[in-house]
Amino acid sequence: MTAELTSKTAAELAAAIASAEVSAVEVTQAHLDRIAAVDGQVHAFLHVAAGQALAAAQAVDARRAAGDALGPLAGVPVAVKDVFATADMPTTCGSHILDGWQPPYESTVTRRLRAAGAIPLGKTNMDEFAMGSSTENSAFGPSHNPWDLTRVPGGSSGGSSAAVAAFEAPLATGTDTGGSIRQPAAVCGIVGMKPTYGGSSRYGVVAFASSLDTPGPLARTVLDAALLHEAMSGHDPCDSTSIDAPVPPVVAAARQADVEGMRIGVVTELSGEGYEPGVLARFGEAVELLESLGAKIIEVSCPHFAYALPAYYLIAPSECSSNLARFDAMRYGLRAGDDGTRSAEEVMSITRGEGFGAEVKRRIILGTYALSSGYYDAYYGKAQQVRTLVIRDFDAAFGQADVLISPSTPSTAFKIGERADDPMAMYLADLCTIPSDLAGNAALSVPCGLAPENGLPVGLQIMAPVLADDRTYRVGAAVEAALHDRWGHPLLTEAPEL
Amino acid sequence: MSITRDEVAHLARLARLSLADAELDHLAAQLDQIISAVARVQEVTAEDVPPTSHAVPLANVFRPDQVVPCLTAQEALAAAPAVEQQRFRVPRILAED
Repeated sequence: MTAELTSKTAAELAAAIASAEVSAVEVTQAHLDRIAAVDGQVHAFLHVAAGQALAAAQAVDARRAAGDALGPLAGVPVAVKDVFATADMPTTCGSHILDGWQPPYESTVTRRLRAAGAIPLGKTNMDEFAMGSSTENSAFGPSHNPWDLTRVPGGSSGGSSAAVAAFEAPLATGTDTGGSIRQPAAVCGIVGMKPTYGGSSRYGVVAFASSLDTPGPLARTVLDAALLHEAMSGHDPCDSTSIDAPVPPVVAAARQADVEGMRIGVVTELSGEGYEPGVLARFGEAVELLESLGAKIIEVSCPHFAYALPAYYLIAPSECSSNLARFDAMRYGLRAGDDGTRSAEEVMSITRGEGFGAEVKRRIILGTYALSSGYYDAYYGKAQQVRTLVIRDFDAAFGQADVLISPSTPSTAFKIGERADDPMAMYLADLCTIPSDLAGNAALSVPCGLAPENGLPVGLQIMAPVLADDRTYRVGAAVEAALHDRWGHPLLTEAPEL
Repeated sequence: MSITRDEVAHLARLARLSLADAELDHLAAQLDQIISAVARVQEVTAEDVPPTSHAVPLANVFRPDQVVPCLTAQEALAAAPAVEQQRFRVPRILAED
Protein backbone atom coordinates (compact mmCIF):
# COMPACT_ATOMS: atom_id res chain seq x y z
CA MET A 1 0.00 0.00 0.00
CA THR A 2 2.73 2.42 1.03
CA ALA A 3 4.95 1.73 -1.99
CA GLU A 4 1.89 1.94 -4.19
CA LEU A 5 1.01 5.40 -2.87
CA THR A 6 4.53 6.82 -3.08
CA SER A 7 4.90 5.70 -6.70
CA LYS A 8 1.78 7.57 -7.80
CA THR A 9 1.91 10.92 -9.53
CA ALA A 10 0.55 14.08 -7.95
CA ALA A 11 -2.30 14.09 -10.48
CA GLU A 12 -3.24 10.53 -9.53
CA LEU A 13 -3.02 11.26 -5.80
CA ALA A 14 -5.16 14.41 -6.07
CA ALA A 15 -7.83 12.47 -7.98
CA ALA A 16 -7.75 9.51 -5.56
CA ILE A 17 -8.04 11.82 -2.55
CA ALA A 18 -10.84 13.89 -4.12
CA SER A 19 -12.84 10.73 -4.84
CA ALA A 20 -12.19 9.32 -1.34
CA GLU A 21 -10.36 6.27 -2.69
CA VAL A 22 -7.60 7.11 -0.26
CA SER A 23 -7.29 9.64 2.55
CA ALA A 24 -4.84 12.53 2.63
CA VAL A 25 -3.56 11.16 5.94
CA GLU A 26 -2.75 7.78 4.35
CA VAL A 27 -0.95 9.48 1.48
CA THR A 28 1.02 11.74 3.82
CA GLN A 29 1.90 8.88 6.17
CA ALA A 30 3.11 6.78 3.23
CA HIS A 31 5.51 9.52 2.20
CA LEU A 32 6.68 10.12 5.79
CA ASP A 33 7.35 6.36 6.05
CA ARG A 34 9.32 6.48 2.82
CA ILE A 35 11.37 9.41 4.14
CA ALA A 36 12.05 7.49 7.36
CA ALA A 37 13.15 4.46 5.33
CA VAL A 38 15.43 6.06 2.73
CA ASP A 39 16.43 9.58 3.76
CA GLY A 40 19.28 8.28 5.88
CA GLN A 41 20.91 7.35 2.56
CA VAL A 42 19.66 10.21 0.40
CA HIS A 43 19.73 13.13 2.87
CA ALA A 44 17.23 15.12 0.84
CA PHE A 45 15.63 16.75 3.88
CA LEU A 46 17.04 19.18 6.42
CA HIS A 47 13.81 19.19 8.39
CA VAL A 48 10.80 16.86 8.34
CA ALA A 49 7.58 18.29 9.74
CA ALA A 50 5.68 15.05 10.33
CA GLY A 51 3.25 16.43 12.91
CA GLN A 52 2.28 19.49 10.91
CA ALA A 53 2.00 17.48 7.70
CA LEU A 54 -0.37 14.97 9.28
CA ALA A 55 -2.44 17.77 10.84
CA ALA A 56 -2.72 19.48 7.44
CA ALA A 57 -3.71 16.16 5.86
CA GLN A 58 -6.38 15.64 8.54
CA ALA A 59 -7.77 19.07 7.72
CA VAL A 60 -8.03 18.09 4.03
CA ASP A 61 -9.81 14.87 4.94
CA ALA A 62 -12.20 16.79 7.18
CA ARG A 63 -13.01 19.25 4.41
CA ARG A 64 -13.66 16.42 2.00
CA ALA A 65 -15.88 14.63 4.52
CA ALA A 66 -17.84 17.85 5.01
CA GLY A 67 -18.29 18.22 1.27
CA ASP A 68 -16.26 21.47 1.13
CA ALA A 69 -14.48 22.46 -2.06
CA LEU A 70 -10.94 21.06 -2.26
CA GLY A 71 -7.93 22.84 -3.74
CA PRO A 72 -6.29 21.44 -6.89
CA LEU A 73 -3.47 19.81 -4.90
CA ALA A 74 -5.57 18.83 -1.87
CA GLY A 75 -3.72 16.21 0.15
CA VAL A 76 -0.73 15.99 -2.20
CA PRO A 77 2.59 16.08 -0.34
CA VAL A 78 5.23 18.59 -1.42
CA ALA A 79 8.84 18.98 -0.35
CA VAL A 80 9.88 22.61 0.10
CA LYS A 81 13.37 23.87 -0.69
CA ASP A 82 14.82 25.44 2.43
CA VAL A 83 15.10 28.81 0.70
CA PHE A 84 11.35 29.49 1.15
CA ALA A 85 10.38 31.19 4.41
CA THR A 86 7.93 29.03 6.35
CA ALA A 87 6.29 30.32 9.52
CA ASP A 88 5.97 26.82 11.03
CA MET A 89 9.32 25.30 10.02
CA PRO A 90 12.91 26.50 10.32
CA THR A 91 14.48 28.10 7.24
CA THR A 92 18.27 27.78 6.99
CA CYS A 93 19.04 28.19 3.29
CA GLY A 94 21.72 25.54 3.87
CA SER A 95 23.73 28.04 5.93
CA HIS A 96 25.10 28.09 9.47
CA ILE A 97 24.34 31.78 9.60
CA LEU A 98 20.61 30.90 9.59
CA ASP A 99 20.89 27.69 11.61
CA GLY A 100 17.59 27.24 13.42
CA TRP A 101 16.09 30.48 12.12
CA GLN A 102 12.32 30.48 12.36
CA PRO A 103 10.89 33.09 9.97
CA PRO A 104 8.11 35.28 11.34
CA TYR A 105 6.28 35.14 8.00
CA GLU A 106 5.43 32.85 5.10
CA SER A 107 6.62 33.00 1.48
CA THR A 108 3.95 33.64 -1.15
CA VAL A 109 4.77 30.36 -2.91
CA THR A 110 4.29 28.19 0.19
CA ARG A 111 1.23 30.18 1.23
CA ARG A 112 -0.31 29.47 -2.19
CA LEU A 113 0.59 25.79 -2.02
CA ARG A 114 -1.05 25.45 1.38
CA ALA A 115 -4.12 27.25 0.02
CA ALA A 116 -4.22 24.75 -2.87
CA GLY A 117 -4.35 21.98 -0.27
CA ALA A 118 -0.79 20.72 -0.74
CA ILE A 119 0.86 19.18 2.32
CA PRO A 120 4.39 20.48 3.06
CA LEU A 121 6.41 17.49 4.30
CA GLY A 122 9.48 19.48 5.30
CA LYS A 123 12.42 21.48 4.01
CA THR A 124 14.96 20.17 1.53
CA ASN A 125 18.71 20.48 1.43
CA MET A 126 20.43 22.94 -0.89
CA ASP A 127 23.74 24.57 -1.64
CA GLU A 128 24.22 27.40 0.84
CA PHE A 129 22.14 30.40 -0.30
CA ALA A 130 21.48 28.48 -3.54
CA MET A 131 25.10 28.93 -4.67
CA GLY A 132 26.25 25.70 -6.22
CA SER A 133 25.43 22.81 -8.50
CA SER A 134 25.78 19.81 -6.20
CA THR A 135 24.45 20.50 -2.64
CA GLU A 136 28.04 20.02 -1.48
CA ASN A 137 28.00 23.66 -0.40
CA SER A 138 25.28 22.95 2.17
CA ALA A 139 26.49 23.61 5.71
CA PHE A 140 24.61 20.44 6.67
CA GLY A 141 26.30 17.97 4.33
CA PRO A 142 25.48 16.91 0.77
CA SER A 143 22.43 15.12 -0.56
CA HIS A 144 22.94 11.96 -2.60
CA ASN A 145 21.71 11.09 -6.08
CA PRO A 146 19.19 8.21 -5.83
CA TRP A 147 20.59 6.76 -9.10
CA ASP A 148 24.03 6.39 -7.51
CA LEU A 149 24.51 7.44 -3.91
CA THR A 150 28.18 8.29 -4.51
CA ARG A 151 27.11 11.04 -6.92
CA VAL A 152 25.64 14.51 -6.48
CA PRO A 153 21.93 15.15 -7.08
CA GLY A 154 22.78 18.46 -8.73
CA GLY A 155 22.08 21.81 -7.17
CA SER A 156 21.27 24.08 -5.77
CA SER A 157 17.80 22.48 -5.49
CA GLY A 158 19.46 19.06 -5.06
CA GLY A 159 17.53 18.09 -1.92
CA SER A 160 14.31 18.72 -3.83
CA SER A 161 15.40 16.74 -6.90
CA ALA A 162 16.68 13.86 -4.76
CA ALA A 163 13.46 13.77 -2.70
CA VAL A 164 11.30 13.52 -5.83
CA ALA A 165 13.57 10.98 -7.57
CA ALA A 166 13.67 8.85 -4.39
CA PHE A 167 9.85 8.85 -4.16
CA GLU A 168 9.96 10.73 -0.85
CA ALA A 169 7.61 13.33 -2.35
CA PRO A 170 5.77 13.53 -5.68
CA LEU A 171 6.41 17.27 -5.91
CA ALA A 172 9.02 19.73 -4.72
CA THR A 173 9.67 23.43 -5.00
CA GLY A 174 12.98 24.84 -6.15
CA THR A 175 14.55 28.10 -7.21
CA ASP A 176 16.54 28.68 -10.39
CA THR A 177 19.13 31.45 -10.61
CA GLY A 178 21.61 29.90 -13.04
CA GLY A 179 20.05 26.46 -13.50
CA SER A 180 19.33 25.41 -9.92
CA ILE A 181 16.04 23.69 -10.85
CA ARG A 182 16.80 22.31 -14.32
CA GLN A 183 20.29 20.96 -13.64
CA PRO A 184 19.33 18.92 -10.52
CA ALA A 185 16.18 17.72 -12.29
CA ALA A 186 18.26 16.60 -15.29
CA VAL A 187 20.86 14.66 -13.31
CA CYS A 188 18.18 12.97 -11.15
CA GLY A 189 16.00 11.92 -14.12
CA ILE A 190 13.01 14.08 -13.24
CA VAL A 191 11.20 17.15 -14.62
CA GLY A 192 12.18 20.67 -13.53
CA MET A 193 10.89 24.03 -14.73
CA LYS A 194 12.22 27.55 -14.53
CA PRO A 195 9.17 29.71 -15.18
CA THR A 196 9.41 33.11 -16.83
CA TYR A 197 11.16 35.48 -14.41
CA GLY A 198 8.46 37.27 -12.41
CA GLY A 199 5.92 34.55 -13.11
CA SER A 200 6.34 33.16 -9.61
CA SER A 201 6.79 35.35 -6.56
CA ARG A 202 10.13 35.93 -4.82
CA TYR A 203 8.40 37.19 -1.67
CA GLY A 204 9.76 35.16 1.22
CA VAL A 205 12.47 33.54 -0.91
CA VAL A 206 15.87 34.23 0.64
CA ALA A 207 17.54 36.39 -2.01
CA PHE A 208 20.66 35.31 -3.90
CA ALA A 209 20.61 37.32 -7.16
CA SER A 210 17.37 39.22 -7.30
CA SER A 211 17.30 39.90 -11.04
CA LEU A 212 17.62 36.16 -11.72
CA ASP A 213 16.01 34.20 -8.83
CA THR A 214 12.92 32.32 -10.05
CA PRO A 215 10.92 29.80 -8.01
CA GLY A 216 9.60 26.78 -9.92
CA PRO A 217 8.44 23.16 -9.70
CA LEU A 218 10.16 19.76 -9.70
CA ALA A 219 8.14 16.59 -10.31
CA ARG A 220 8.33 13.12 -11.85
CA THR A 221 5.99 13.93 -14.76
CA VAL A 222 5.46 16.95 -16.97
CA LEU A 223 1.79 17.17 -15.98
CA ASP A 224 2.68 17.15 -12.28
CA ALA A 225 5.21 19.92 -12.83
CA ALA A 226 2.50 21.92 -14.61
CA LEU A 227 0.03 21.39 -11.76
CA LEU A 228 2.58 22.63 -9.22
CA HIS A 229 3.64 25.48 -11.53
CA GLU A 230 0.04 26.68 -11.78
CA ALA A 231 -0.58 26.40 -8.04
CA MET A 232 2.57 28.31 -7.02
CA SER A 233 2.50 31.09 -9.65
CA GLY A 234 0.69 34.32 -10.39
CA HIS A 235 0.95 38.02 -9.69
CA ASP A 236 1.97 39.01 -6.18
CA PRO A 237 1.82 42.62 -5.00
CA CYS A 238 4.44 41.73 -2.36
CA ASP A 239 7.07 41.22 -5.08
CA SER A 240 7.72 44.39 -7.10
CA THR A 241 9.15 42.35 -10.00
CA SER A 242 6.15 40.01 -10.18
CA ILE A 243 4.49 40.13 -13.61
CA ASP A 244 0.88 41.30 -13.57
CA ALA A 245 -0.36 38.81 -16.18
CA PRO A 246 -2.31 35.56 -16.08
CA VAL A 247 -0.33 32.36 -15.48
CA PRO A 248 0.31 30.78 -18.92
CA PRO A 249 -1.97 27.75 -19.57
CA VAL A 250 0.66 25.22 -18.52
CA VAL A 251 -1.66 22.42 -17.38
CA ALA A 252 -3.67 22.49 -20.61
CA ALA A 253 -0.40 22.46 -22.58
CA ALA A 254 0.91 19.46 -20.62
CA ARG A 255 -2.30 17.62 -21.48
CA GLN A 256 -2.10 18.68 -25.13
CA ALA A 257 1.33 17.06 -25.53
CA ASP A 258 1.59 17.54 -29.27
CA VAL A 259 4.32 19.10 -31.42
CA GLU A 260 2.78 18.70 -34.86
CA GLY A 261 3.84 21.66 -37.00
CA MET A 262 5.90 23.33 -34.26
CA ARG A 263 9.19 24.90 -35.26
CA ILE A 264 11.89 23.64 -32.92
CA GLY A 265 15.33 25.28 -32.99
CA VAL A 266 18.46 23.37 -32.04
CA VAL A 267 20.96 25.85 -30.57
CA THR A 268 24.31 25.31 -32.29
CA GLU A 269 26.33 26.83 -29.45
CA LEU A 270 24.88 24.48 -26.81
CA SER A 271 26.54 21.26 -27.87
CA GLY A 272 29.85 19.90 -29.11
CA GLU A 273 33.14 20.12 -27.27
CA GLY A 274 32.95 19.73 -23.51
CA TYR A 275 29.75 17.68 -23.60
CA GLU A 276 29.73 14.01 -22.56
CA PRO A 277 29.18 11.67 -25.55
CA GLY A 278 26.21 10.02 -23.81
CA VAL A 279 24.55 13.39 -23.28
CA LEU A 280 24.96 14.27 -26.96
CA ALA A 281 23.76 10.81 -28.05
CA ARG A 282 20.52 11.07 -26.08
CA PHE A 283 20.03 14.66 -27.16
CA GLY A 284 20.46 13.65 -30.81
CA GLU A 285 17.83 10.93 -30.35
CA ALA A 286 15.45 13.44 -28.81
CA VAL A 287 15.85 15.71 -31.84
CA GLU A 288 15.03 12.77 -34.16
CA LEU A 289 12.07 11.86 -31.97
CA LEU A 290 10.64 15.38 -32.15
CA GLU A 291 11.00 15.34 -35.92
CA SER A 292 9.21 11.98 -36.10
CA LEU A 293 6.39 13.51 -34.04
CA GLY A 294 5.81 16.14 -36.70
CA ALA A 295 7.95 19.05 -35.51
CA LYS A 296 10.01 21.04 -37.95
CA ILE A 297 13.62 21.00 -36.75
CA ILE A 298 15.84 23.94 -37.62
CA GLU A 299 19.33 24.93 -36.57
CA VAL A 300 19.68 28.31 -34.86
CA SER A 301 22.78 30.20 -33.81
CA CYS A 302 23.04 32.23 -30.61
CA PRO A 303 26.63 33.48 -30.81
CA HIS A 304 26.65 35.36 -27.51
CA PHE A 305 25.66 32.31 -25.46
CA ALA A 306 29.40 31.61 -25.33
CA TYR A 307 29.71 34.64 -23.07
CA ALA A 308 26.66 33.90 -20.92
CA LEU A 309 28.55 31.86 -18.33
CA PRO A 310 31.25 34.49 -17.68
CA ALA A 311 28.61 37.24 -17.62
CA TYR A 312 26.55 35.24 -15.13
CA TYR A 313 29.55 34.76 -12.83
CA LEU A 314 29.90 38.53 -12.67
CA ILE A 315 26.22 39.46 -12.37
CA ALA A 316 25.14 36.81 -9.85
CA PRO A 317 28.07 37.34 -7.44
CA SER A 318 27.60 41.12 -7.70
CA GLU A 319 23.97 40.84 -6.70
CA CYS A 320 24.80 38.29 -4.02
CA SER A 321 27.46 40.48 -2.44
CA SER A 322 24.83 43.17 -2.10
CA ASN A 323 21.94 40.91 -1.01
CA LEU A 324 23.94 39.05 1.61
CA ALA A 325 24.86 42.31 3.31
CA ARG A 326 21.63 41.80 5.26
CA PHE A 327 23.32 39.05 7.28
CA ASP A 328 24.80 41.53 9.70
CA ALA A 329 24.38 39.66 13.03
CA MET A 330 22.11 42.39 14.35
CA ARG A 331 18.49 41.42 13.83
CA TYR A 332 18.32 37.66 13.25
CA GLY A 333 20.56 34.72 12.55
CA LEU A 334 23.97 33.97 14.01
CA ARG A 335 25.89 36.50 16.13
CA ALA A 336 29.44 35.46 16.94
CA GLY A 337 32.25 37.14 18.88
CA ASP A 338 30.04 39.57 20.80
CA ASP A 339 32.14 39.62 23.98
CA GLY A 340 31.09 43.06 25.13
CA THR A 341 34.30 44.74 23.97
CA ARG A 342 34.07 44.38 20.20
CA SER A 343 32.33 46.92 17.98
CA ALA A 344 29.28 46.10 15.87
CA GLU A 345 31.48 46.12 12.80
CA GLU A 346 33.91 43.63 14.30
CA VAL A 347 31.08 41.35 15.42
CA MET A 348 29.59 41.59 11.93
CA SER A 349 32.87 40.53 10.28
CA ILE A 350 33.48 37.68 12.72
CA THR A 351 29.90 36.41 12.36
CA ARG A 352 30.03 36.46 8.57
CA GLY A 353 33.42 34.78 8.58
CA GLU A 354 32.08 31.99 10.81
CA GLY A 355 28.59 31.77 9.38
CA PHE A 356 29.27 31.65 5.62
CA GLY A 357 30.84 28.70 3.81
CA ALA A 358 33.65 28.76 1.25
CA GLU A 359 31.55 29.21 -1.90
CA VAL A 360 29.48 32.04 -0.43
CA LYS A 361 32.65 33.82 0.67
CA ARG A 362 34.14 33.32 -2.79
CA ARG A 363 31.13 34.90 -4.44
CA ILE A 364 30.87 37.79 -2.00
CA ILE A 365 34.53 38.66 -2.67
CA LEU A 366 34.10 38.21 -6.42
CA GLY A 367 30.99 40.41 -6.44
CA THR A 368 32.66 43.05 -4.28
CA TYR A 369 35.53 43.06 -6.76
CA ALA A 370 33.29 43.31 -9.84
CA LEU A 371 31.37 46.23 -8.32
CA SER A 372 34.36 48.14 -6.96
CA SER A 373 35.27 51.44 -8.54
CA GLY A 374 37.88 51.02 -11.23
CA TYR A 375 36.63 47.56 -12.20
CA TYR A 376 32.89 48.24 -12.51
CA ASP A 377 32.90 49.14 -16.23
CA ALA A 378 35.28 46.35 -17.22
CA TYR A 379 33.37 43.63 -15.38
CA TYR A 380 29.84 44.32 -14.14
CA GLY A 381 29.09 46.88 -16.85
CA LYS A 382 30.37 44.61 -19.59
CA ALA A 383 28.44 41.65 -18.21
CA GLN A 384 25.24 43.69 -18.32
CA GLN A 385 25.90 44.45 -21.99
CA VAL A 386 26.43 40.75 -22.65
CA ARG A 387 23.06 40.20 -21.00
CA THR A 388 21.50 42.48 -23.61
CA LEU A 389 23.23 40.56 -26.40
CA VAL A 390 22.02 37.20 -25.02
CA ILE A 391 18.46 38.57 -24.99
CA ARG A 392 18.89 39.74 -28.61
CA ASP A 393 20.15 36.28 -29.60
CA PHE A 394 17.03 34.76 -28.05
CA ASP A 395 14.77 37.30 -29.78
CA ALA A 396 16.30 36.48 -33.15
CA ALA A 397 16.08 32.73 -32.54
CA PHE A 398 12.47 32.93 -31.39
CA GLY A 399 11.73 34.76 -34.62
CA GLN A 400 12.55 31.52 -36.42
CA ALA A 401 11.47 28.90 -33.88
CA ASP A 402 8.61 28.40 -31.41
CA VAL A 403 10.92 26.77 -28.88
CA LEU A 404 14.66 26.15 -28.63
CA ILE A 405 16.22 22.92 -27.41
CA SER A 406 19.58 21.80 -26.03
CA PRO A 407 20.93 19.33 -23.52
CA SER A 408 20.05 20.52 -19.98
CA THR A 409 23.59 19.94 -18.75
CA PRO A 410 26.92 19.16 -20.43
CA SER A 411 27.46 16.12 -18.20
CA THR A 412 25.59 13.55 -16.14
CA ALA A 413 25.79 13.52 -12.32
CA PHE A 414 29.39 13.78 -11.14
CA LYS A 415 30.91 12.13 -8.08
CA ILE A 416 30.59 13.78 -4.69
CA GLY A 417 33.91 15.55 -4.08
CA GLU A 418 34.98 15.47 -7.73
CA ARG A 419 34.55 19.21 -8.36
CA ALA A 420 34.23 20.42 -4.76
CA ASP A 421 37.43 22.49 -4.78
CA ASP A 422 37.47 23.41 -8.45
CA PRO A 423 34.99 26.30 -8.77
CA MET A 424 35.34 26.73 -12.54
CA ALA A 425 34.61 23.03 -13.17
CA MET A 426 31.57 23.29 -10.89
CA TYR A 427 30.34 26.43 -12.68
CA LEU A 428 30.34 24.59 -16.04
CA ALA A 429 27.41 22.46 -14.82
CA ASP A 430 25.20 25.47 -15.58
CA LEU A 431 26.52 26.13 -19.07
CA CYS A 432 23.25 25.33 -20.88
CA THR A 433 20.84 26.74 -18.32
CA ILE A 434 22.33 30.19 -17.69
CA PRO A 435 21.20 31.90 -20.93
CA SER A 436 17.50 31.61 -19.97
CA ASP A 437 18.22 33.02 -16.51
CA LEU A 438 19.95 36.04 -18.00
CA ALA A 439 17.09 36.57 -20.47
CA GLY A 440 14.32 35.72 -17.99
CA ASN A 441 12.52 33.37 -20.36
CA ALA A 442 10.88 30.00 -19.59
CA ALA A 443 12.83 26.73 -19.71
CA LEU A 444 11.98 23.15 -18.83
CA SER A 445 14.16 20.08 -18.34
CA VAL A 446 12.61 16.72 -19.12
CA PRO A 447 14.36 13.31 -18.95
CA CYS A 448 15.43 11.96 -22.35
CA GLY A 449 17.15 8.71 -21.39
CA LEU A 450 20.26 7.31 -19.73
CA ALA A 451 23.79 7.97 -20.96
CA PRO A 452 25.04 4.69 -22.45
CA GLU A 453 28.47 4.94 -20.84
CA ASN A 454 27.33 5.23 -17.22
CA GLY A 455 23.58 4.60 -17.08
CA LEU A 456 22.87 8.02 -15.57
CA PRO A 457 19.98 10.32 -16.55
CA VAL A 458 20.23 12.94 -19.28
CA GLY A 459 17.93 15.95 -19.52
CA LEU A 460 16.51 17.72 -22.56
CA GLN A 461 16.11 21.47 -22.14
CA ILE A 462 13.19 23.21 -23.86
CA MET A 463 13.27 27.02 -23.89
CA ALA A 464 10.38 29.32 -24.79
CA PRO A 465 9.91 33.10 -24.93
CA VAL A 466 8.92 35.18 -21.91
CA LEU A 467 5.40 34.23 -20.77
CA ALA A 468 5.19 31.37 -23.31
CA ASP A 469 5.88 28.84 -20.54
CA ASP A 470 3.07 26.64 -21.86
CA ARG A 471 5.06 25.82 -25.02
CA THR A 472 7.77 24.10 -22.99
CA TYR A 473 5.15 21.89 -21.34
CA ARG A 474 3.55 21.03 -24.66
CA VAL A 475 6.86 19.85 -26.10
CA GLY A 476 8.04 18.26 -22.85
CA ALA A 477 4.86 16.23 -22.47
CA ALA A 478 5.09 15.03 -26.09
CA VAL A 479 8.68 13.86 -25.55
CA GLU A 480 7.74 12.22 -22.27
CA ALA A 481 4.80 10.33 -23.77
CA ALA A 482 6.77 9.13 -26.80
CA LEU A 483 9.72 7.96 -24.70
CA HIS A 484 7.39 6.28 -22.23
CA ASP A 485 5.89 4.34 -25.15
CA ARG A 486 9.34 3.42 -26.44
CA TRP A 487 10.64 2.23 -23.04
CA GLY A 488 7.37 0.75 -21.86
CA HIS A 489 7.77 2.43 -18.45
CA PRO A 490 8.85 5.72 -16.83
CA LEU A 491 12.62 6.29 -16.66
CA LEU A 492 12.73 6.25 -12.86
CA THR A 493 11.67 2.60 -12.69
CA GLU A 494 15.20 1.86 -13.93
CA ALA A 495 16.78 3.52 -10.88
CA PRO A 496 18.26 1.07 -8.37
CA GLU A 497 16.14 0.30 -5.32
CA LEU A 498 17.11 2.16 -2.18
CA MET B 1 44.63 40.51 -14.94
CA SER B 2 45.62 39.06 -11.62
CA ILE B 3 44.44 39.56 -8.07
CA THR B 4 46.80 39.66 -5.12
CA ARG B 5 46.37 38.36 -1.60
CA ASP B 6 46.38 41.96 -0.33
CA GLU B 7 43.58 42.87 -2.72
CA VAL B 8 41.51 39.95 -1.46
CA ALA B 9 42.12 41.08 2.12
CA HIS B 10 40.98 44.59 1.16
CA LEU B 11 37.82 43.26 -0.53
CA ALA B 12 37.09 41.12 2.54
CA ARG B 13 37.32 44.22 4.72
CA LEU B 14 34.92 46.07 2.40
CA ALA B 15 32.52 43.11 2.59
CA ARG B 16 32.84 42.89 6.42
CA LEU B 17 34.04 39.33 6.09
CA SER B 18 36.67 38.09 8.50
CA LEU B 19 38.94 35.58 6.75
CA ALA B 20 41.67 33.41 8.23
CA ASP B 21 45.15 33.53 6.69
CA ALA B 22 44.73 30.13 5.10
CA GLU B 23 41.40 31.23 3.57
CA LEU B 24 43.03 34.33 2.11
CA ASP B 25 45.78 32.28 0.46
CA HIS B 26 43.32 29.80 -0.95
CA LEU B 27 40.82 32.43 -2.15
CA ALA B 28 43.44 34.60 -3.81
CA ALA B 29 44.56 31.72 -6.03
CA GLN B 30 41.00 30.69 -6.88
CA LEU B 31 39.76 34.22 -7.53
CA ASP B 32 42.66 34.82 -9.85
CA GLN B 33 41.56 31.81 -11.88
CA ILE B 34 37.86 32.79 -11.82
CA ILE B 35 38.52 36.42 -12.74
CA SER B 36 40.66 35.49 -15.71
CA ALA B 37 37.84 33.20 -16.88
CA VAL B 38 35.03 35.74 -16.47
CA ALA B 39 37.18 38.48 -18.05
CA ARG B 40 36.16 36.87 -21.34
CA VAL B 41 33.18 39.25 -21.34
CA GLN B 42 35.68 41.91 -22.40
CA GLU B 43 36.17 40.14 -25.75
CA VAL B 44 32.66 41.13 -26.76
CA THR B 45 32.34 44.22 -28.90
CA ALA B 46 29.48 46.09 -27.35
CA GLU B 47 30.10 49.76 -28.15
CA ASP B 48 26.49 50.87 -28.50
CA VAL B 49 24.83 48.06 -26.58
CA PRO B 50 22.78 49.28 -23.61
CA PRO B 51 23.26 47.36 -20.35
CA THR B 52 20.46 45.14 -19.04
CA SER B 53 20.04 45.13 -15.28
CA HIS B 54 16.77 43.28 -15.36
CA ALA B 55 15.32 40.88 -17.91
CA VAL B 56 11.73 42.02 -17.54
CA PRO B 57 11.40 45.79 -17.83
CA LEU B 58 9.26 47.17 -15.02
CA ALA B 59 9.33 50.64 -13.52
CA ASN B 60 7.88 52.29 -10.46
CA VAL B 61 5.76 49.48 -9.11
CA PHE B 62 3.77 50.78 -6.17
CA ARG B 63 1.18 49.15 -3.98
CA PRO B 64 -1.94 51.07 -2.94
CA ASP B 65 -1.26 53.31 0.05
CA GLN B 66 -3.32 51.30 2.50
CA VAL B 67 -2.59 50.30 6.06
CA VAL B 68 -2.13 46.54 6.28
CA PRO B 69 -1.28 44.35 9.27
CA CYS B 70 2.42 43.97 10.01
CA LEU B 71 4.59 42.05 12.44
CA THR B 72 4.21 42.87 16.12
CA ALA B 73 7.33 44.02 17.96
CA GLN B 74 7.42 40.64 19.67
CA GLU B 75 7.32 38.78 16.35
CA ALA B 76 9.95 41.01 14.80
CA LEU B 77 12.27 40.53 17.78
CA ALA B 78 11.67 36.80 18.18
CA ALA B 79 14.77 35.77 16.22
CA ALA B 80 17.02 38.58 17.44
CA PRO B 81 20.42 37.58 18.85
CA ALA B 82 19.89 40.03 21.74
CA VAL B 83 16.97 42.18 22.84
CA GLU B 84 16.67 45.02 25.32
CA GLN B 85 13.61 47.16 26.07
CA GLN B 86 11.71 45.87 23.01
CA ARG B 87 14.63 46.76 20.74
CA PHE B 88 17.45 44.97 18.98
CA ARG B 89 20.48 45.18 21.29
CA VAL B 90 23.65 45.60 19.23
CA PRO B 91 27.34 45.94 20.08
CA ARG B 92 28.72 49.47 20.29
CA ILE B 93 28.65 51.26 16.95
CA LEU B 94 31.01 54.15 17.82
CA ALA B 95 34.72 54.06 18.51
CA GLU B 96 35.71 54.21 22.17
CA ASP B 97 37.76 57.41 21.94
